[in-house]
Amino acid sequence: MGNLYSVRNTLASLGIATDTIGFADRLMRYDKLILPGVGAFGDAMKELRQRGFVGPVKEYIAAGRPFLGICLGMQLLFEKSQESAGVEGLGVIAGTVRKFSGRLKIPHMGWNKIVRTSVRSRIFRSLKKDFYAYFCHSFFVAPTDKKVVIGETRYGIKFASMVEEGNVYGMQFHPEKSQDVGWTLLRNFIEIC
Amino acid sequence: MLTKRIIPCLDVKDGRVVKGVRFVSLRDAGDPVETAKEYEKQKADELVFLDITASHEGRRTMVEVVRRVAANLFMPFTVGGGIRGIGDIRDLLNAGADKISLNTAAVNNPKLISEAARRFGSQCIVVAIDAKRRDPVGRLAGMPVGRETRNRRTGKLADRQTNSWEVVTHGGRKPTGLDAVAWARRAEKLGAGEILLTSMDFDGTKDGFDIALTRAVSDAVSIPVIASGGAGTKAHFFDVFGCGRADAALAASIFHYGEFTVGDVKKYLKKKGVEVRI
Repeated sequence: MGNLYSVRNTLASLGIATDTIGFADRLMRYDKLILPGVGAFGDAMKELRQRGFVGPVKEYIAAGRPFLGICLGMQLLFEKSQESAGVEGLGVIAGTVRKFSGRLKIPHMGWNKIVRTSVRSRIFRSLKKDFYAYFCHSFFVAPTDKKVVIGETRYGIKFASMVEEGNVYGMQFHPEKSQDVGWTLLRNFIEIC
Repeated sequence: MLTKRIIPCLDVKDGRVVKGVRFVSLRDAGDPVETAKEYEKQKADELVFLDITASHEGRRTMVEVVRRVAANLFMPFTVGGGIRGIGDIRDLLNAGADKISLNTAAVNNPKLISEAARRFGSQCIVVAIDAKRRDPVGRLAGMPVGRETRNRRTGKLADRQTNSWEVVTHGGRKPTGLDAVAWARRAEKLGAGEILLTSMDFDGTKDGFDIALTRAVSDAVSIPVIASGGAGTKAHFFDVFGCGRADAALAASIFHYGEFTVGDVKKYLKKKGVEVRI
């Protein structure tokens, strides 16, 4: 999945050692798990399934270990997506993934504002109450329980651009491409989440 | 609200930035990484690297440049220029480019767009269109094409001028017979994620973007359009975002020569009520 390289690059610049793992056997050895991803929901789930990731990733999350899904990686946390009918997602967070509709340019591409809807979340440490980050996507998540939404963004409609449930975090934008804001979010995830 | 993007463009030849980047602050203004970092500081929203190298060895150099830029830059960047096929696209994406811009290769082989979009995702496939106004009146009169007779604010043309543009390649020397608006629509259908639209009539003039062209293409497609060619003042950006309905605007020399910074343009736009990231 495409943005692996830039996510690792950004983490390396923060002095964080990362591995890219192609198989799930040693998942539990890692302190944090990041699932980046661009592409289609169905293709990604197929790939995760074929490589035997689905069970171990769910176990990892169930054990309360810190997990971050970026862009498609966030969408995969949900139950299903309009992008790939009939494909089951990881189902870690209740809800669906929907397509933007109406007279909007799609993909939603560029810098947009995230407004914090949670005051408590640790991931926001040293960030303002709203900030800009870089988006590039055509689908957005619609969680069943609004309480998991910690950041919202407006594009035609208001959608959930950040979610948090237990130790699971999701970011619809690309922190690895979002300059200082992205650094702060990734550093917070690594250091305190 | 989604902000309007300001995108500096860097020409790279044999691994070096050319066409006079004149930042006094840089130790080496020819170094793509240093120049990119400077634009990151100015809060540019994205960068475009245009490879103008002709030779085969030069192309390998570009992959190295992309790798170095990617390791040091934390913002999205596009690489274009001379990309021929899937192999080139894969090499550049693997080196860390976020998007690839296809121009002549897509005109010659439109299937390349769909193939690339299928393999790598639409979001990283930009189709670059160089457009030239079909304007027999202006051209026969030896006038700068489609300028004096245009209404600055509305982009409307005086009588006898038509709003019709042709796709050209090879720096505007080679007409293709394709209608620019129709080609943009087709590129979208084939899976392009974005259009980089350059007016060959206005490029280098500093007379402002081709508002009518930008608007015609932007209204015809539902993917983002980056307007390019002609930026000379801050007001030109305001016009192309407003009347031109561009999603992003690209410029080269005005930023390189330090006439104003990306930040200056953004401050101006914000004052005028345009949503930008400061």
